[in-house]
Amino acid sequence: MNDAVGDPQSVLVLGATSEIAQTIVRSLVARRTRRVVLAARRTDALEGFRSEMATAGATVETLAFDADDTASHDAVIATAFARDIDVVIMAFAVLGDQATFDNDAAAAVAAVHTNMVGSVSAGLIVAKHLREQGHGTLVVLSSVAGERVRKANFVYGATKAGLDAFAQGLNDSLVGSGARVLVVRPGFVHTRMTAGMKPPPFSTGPQAVADATIRGLRTHAHTVWSPPQLRYVFSVMRHLPRPVWRRMPG
Amino acid sequence: MSGERVTRRLVTGWGSAAATSADVVRLADAVSVEAAVLDAGHRGVLARGLGRSYGDAAQNAGGMLLDMPSMPPSIMLDAAHAQVTAGAGISLDQLMRTLVPLGFFVPVTPGTRQVTVGGAIAADIHGKNHHADGTWGQHVCRFGLTLADGSHRDVTLRDDPETFWATTGGMGLTGVVTDATVDLVPVETSRMLVHTERAANLDDLMALMEQTDATYRYSVAWVDLVATGRTMGRSVLTAGDHAPPAALTGKAAADPLAFSPGELLTAPPVFPSGLLNKHTVRAFNEVWFRKAPKRRLDQVQSIGAFFHPLDGVGMWSRLYGPRGFLQYQFVIPFGAEETLRKIVERLAGSGAASFLAVLKRFGASNPGPLSFPMPGWTLTLDIPAGLSGLNELLDITDRDVADAGGRLYLAKDSRLDPSLLARMYPRLEEWRETQARLDPTGRFQSDLNRRLGLTKKVLP
Repeated sequence: MNDAVGDPQSVLVLGATSEIAQTIVRSLVARRTRRVVLAARRTDALEGFRSEMATAGATVETLAFDADDTASHDAVIATAFARDIDVVIMAFAVLGDQATFDNDAAAAVAAVHTNMVGSVSAGLIVAKHLREQGHGTLVVLSSVAGERVRKANFVYGATKAGLDAFAQGLNDSLVGSGARVLVVRPGFVHTRMTAGMKPPPFSTGPQAVADATIRGLRTHAHTVWSPPQLRYVFSVMRHLPRPVWRRMPG
Repeated sequence: MSGERVTRRLVTGWGSAAATSADVVRLADAVSVEAAVLDAGHRGVLARGLGRSYGDAAQNAGGMLLDMPSMPPSIMLDAAHAQVTAGAGISLDQLMRTLVPLGFFVPVTPGTRQVTVGGAIAADIHGKNHHADGTWGQHVCRFGLTLADGSHRDVTLRDDPETFWATTGGMGLTGVVTDATVDLVPVETSRMLVHTERAANLDDLMALMEQTDATYRYSVAWVDLVATGRTMGRSVLTAGDHAPPAALTGKAAADPLAFSPGELLTAPPVFPSGLLNKHTVRAFNEVWFRKAPKRRLDQVQSIGAFFHPLDGVGMWSRLYGPRGFLQYQFVIPFGAEETLRKIVERLAGSGAASFLAVLKRFGASNPGPLSFPMPGWTLTLDIPAGLSGLNELLDITDRDVADAGGRLYLAKDSRLDPSLLARMYPRLEEWRETQARLDPTGRFQSDLNRRLGLTKKVLP
């Protein structure tokens, strides 16, 4: 159960190779979380983190989960929910490369399928389980890239915009059910996924995103930004005239 | 199921901090309790009273909750034996309104009248008279209990002490208490004769309480947890007894058993968070301490003013804002006063905004394996749930309490680390065995149980 201060006892990660998700889980296990279910396409890639969390005192299960194979979502997620799950972290996504997408529409469609179609499928199935158990939080790793889409990564940005909108609507539909959705909107995060890229202002690390997420769980927020200033930065960015926005560096 | 109405809705404890949703069942009679228990799905069933447990003791996420106060009211007084038999959903408020004008008082009352007879058994509640009279369960002669298989039995201390004591303090996990017969205290007036005295610090207070507990049936101290340094633990002790008719004057003397407590006002549904902060609480506590008399004897007070000051404000829990709050209550055995002092010092230094804390000396414990009180000092405080670093602060306190041989009160808990439970309740295993015999399939479930793993079978 989530306790009165918002610390959960069990967590399921969809896309558990995500560095941000692993950092969140590490912080949760340092608190009350004792049951960890890690789901990812390649479970062998989870071995290091699995044993780290087991050493930290958690009971860890791993599940093979392919975000693209939406037909399999029902069964995999049901396996995790054999016992209550207090927090689900939906972390799978591909970043891709806009230049590649420009010349390979099929690659762009594949990215949209993973980030958007996969998330809608998994998100709805998770919500059904949370509603049934009468409690729990779905953490959706969104991105400021979806807050206002940039030409430099507009396919990725568009998937995050869609995901973010989906998550907001899902949260509103869950009001009164005991379940909720927490949308996490990080800026540029230094991870393997972004290695070698030039960081824009307000870049951050996985631990800052994890801290913001845990703060969000504790305060029952529906949205957290990391770093928090991005909320105000983007409330300005959102209203910049298109010609100005287009010329923004990065 | 006939005669029942089921509504899926969001349910919280009194601290309104961790809401979960459940199917709340309105009940027509005792038969419908049995039907509902048998009808419980894979997430189990639990009786719920007026929801005054601060944490998640009366919640059952995704499962069924039996709304005990929805049962037809029933209060039967046996004046000759000074006993009352009441439905489990009857509140202590209803009991007092009925019984006080007839010259009877409840054997134990907590800080609110808005608790039910069934809830009082489940939590084995205590009041300001614990040092003299023990817990609620020690005044229960019998109760009706609907078990997991739908059967109903009459449980008495003489014939079935094991079930009696597993249910008393058993947090509703042994079955559904449907009604109970309780010994009453004959009183001549509805007033209290109160002794109020200020204590400059925690040590003075503890010495003063040891003295006064020998002479007064009721006693409790309100401690300023914001004060630090020399005045750390400054407090106001109130102790008292039921007033004899001779102590009353004027209107009160004309109608010595009059009892009509009113609710003065209700807190608005949306109250901004952060209004209770270090500064407002400090100012409040200062005024409160200064306005208390240094020492005053034989002041006549109403039952409401003496026992239930917060019942005057409806839904006062809203004052803590939408994120809710938690109440933290522990007991430290006599002899470990050093630990108590250390804890008070840490809480006072942390700036965890608590209006006032309440300190009380407990008397002997009873045979209930999960009954909270033990001989020692019990401290209770309210803290807003959103406070950063709160769980870490209380985790350290939990360990101090456990190391000193003390424990937390399950009816208030909402965040204890489950690994400390067995140390705090050394007879947990014994209770578990009895509970598993009474409910082998784990039909009775609660969020408290899911969080702490009290029973052998936790569903799902």
